[in-house]
Amino acid sequence: MSAPLPTPDDAEGRPVGRRAFLGIVGVGVSSLLWGGVATRWLSDASSALPSSLQSVVPGGTGWRIYSVNPPFPTYDPTTWRLTVDGLVERPRTFTMAQLQALPRADQTTDFHCVTGWSVPDVHWAGVRFADLLAAVGVSPAAGAIEFASAEEPYVDSLTLEQARAPDAMLAYEMDHGPISREHGAPARLVVPQMYGYKGVKWVSRITLTAQASDGYWEQRGYDRDAYVGGSNGV
Amino acid sequence: MASESAPARQILAAPRRVLRFGPTERAFHWIHAAGFTVMTGTGVVMYLPALSARISDRPTLKAIHLTAAVLWVAALVVVPLLGDRRALRAAVRQLETFDADDRRWLLGPGRHRRRGPGWRARIPQGRFNAAEKAHSIVQAALAVLFVVSGVLLWLGERDTAFRLPGTIPLHDGAMFVALVLVAGHVYLSLVHPPTKPAMRGMLTGEVDADWAEAHHPKWDAPPADAPPPGYDAARRSRPGAAPVVAALGVATTAVLVVVLVVL
Repeated sequence: MSAPLPTPDDAEGRPVGRRAFLGIVGVGVSSLLWGGVATRWLSDASSALPSSLQSVVPGGTGWRIYSVNPPFPTYDPTTWRLTVDGLVERPRTFTMAQLQALPRADQTTDFHCVTGWSVPDVHWAGVRFADLLAAVGVSPAAGAIEFASAEEPYVDSLTLEQARAPDAMLAYEMDHGPISREHGAPARLVVPQMYGYKGVKWVSRITLTAQASDGYWEQRGYDRDAYVGGSNGV
Repeated sequence: MASESAPARQILAAPRRVLRFGPTERAFHWIHAAGFTVMTGTGVVMYLPALSARISDRPTLKAIHLTAAVLWVAALVVVPLLGDRRALRAAVRQLETFDADDRRWLLGPGRHRRRGPGWRARIPQGRFNAAEKAHSIVQAALAVLFVVSGVLLWLGERDTAFRLPGTIPLHDGAMFVALVLVAGHVYLSLVHPPTKPAMRGMLTGEVDADWAEAHHPKWDAPPADAPPPGYDAARRSRPGAAPVVAALGVATTAVLVVVLVVL
C-alpha cells in the first residue's frame, strides 16, 4: 500500500474492481441454481406487502400470482355451483360434491408461465374432460369449450381435442389439498402442455361452443394455442 | 497537474474546460443508457400484469425487447472495435483501480480521522471518484448477468430444460438493483448540485475546469482549449464519431437482419 503520491490516478492502486466485477458475475451466475430457493424464503417476508406488490414477487413455492381484477373471488361451498351449458345435450350445474363424484384423476406435472418462470412437479387432482362431458352429453356441433372465471372478465377456451389431452383436467385439488383461494378455489383448469394463462382459475361456467375464441390474454396479443415451447414468438 | 497550474485564469468570458470523455466513451455510455431504458420499459410492461393488460401487445413488446437486447450487445461489441480503444482501456483501468483514497472514500475515513459533514469531499479523487468506479463495476457485472439470464429466458421458451429455478429471480434481481443504481445515477447527473456539472462531460465530452479541480483534484485533466466556434471541437470529435456512427449503422443493419430472420 503505497502512500498517496502525486502521480496520475491510474498509476497507483490495485485493480480490485476487476475482482469485484468477476465476483458479482460469479455470484449472479451461481444464483441460477440457488435463486429459486432464496426467493422461496424471501417470499415469507413478501406476504407482508400489499397484494398489488405481491404479484410481482415470487410466491411461497415459486408461484407468482397474477390477478386481472383483484381481489380474488371467494369460494362459498354452500352457494358455489359450476354451470355447464352451451352445445350440450343436458345442461346442468354441479355442486362440489357432484363434481367430486365424477371419476377422479391424479397427475404430477410441471407448470410453465409465459413470462419465464416454472414450478416443477405440481400435484393435481380433478376431473378429466372426457368424464365431465360424458355427464352432460356433447352435441355433434360442439368443437370447443369456453371457460369463464369468477374473476371477470377472465375467460379462455380450448378446442375439444385440446381439452381431451391426457393431462388436461378441471382440478379441485392442488398438492394434496383443496385448491387455495389464490390458486383458483375451488376449481381451475390445468393444461400442462400450455402456458399458465390458459389455466383459467375460479372456473364458474363451462360453455361448449362450435369454435374456440380468444381468451383474456389472447385478446391482448397472446397465442390461443399456447403450447409451451411452441407459441408466443417461438 | 491541473491543480498546480490552476490559478492562471486567462479569459473571463469563456469558462475553462477540460476533456473528460471522448466520443467512443460517450457512445459506449449512451448505448448502454438507451438499451437499459428501452429494455426496462418493455420488460416492466411484460412483467407487471396490470401493465400487460393495459398495453396488451406482448408480441410487439417482446420484439422490441429482444431487438434492443441484440442491438445493445452488438453495439457494445462493435463500438470498441471501431472506436478509440485506447481511451476505453484507459477508462477501464481507471475505473477498476482503487487507491487508498478510494478505499477511504468508500469505507470511511478511518478511526484516527474526523468524519464530520462533507468528509468525503476532503478525500482527493481522480478522474472518477470511488462511487463512480463502484457504480460502473456493478453495472458492468449486471450487464453480463442480464445477458446470461436473458439468453436463458430465450432458450427456456424453446426448451423447458433451460428453465432454471434462478433465471427469473436473477433477471428480476438484476433489474431491481440496476433500477436503484440508475435512479441514483440520474439524480446525481440531473438534480444534485455538486455533481450536476458532470452531465456536460457525458454530453459534450468537456467539463468545467474549476469543477474538475474541486471534485477530481488528482485527475491530470487534458485542457479543452477554448476553440474558435466549430473548428477545434469538430476536429476533435470527427475521428471518433465517424466510427461510432458507422458502428451503429452496421449493428442496426445486422440486427435487423437477425431479428427479421428470428422473429
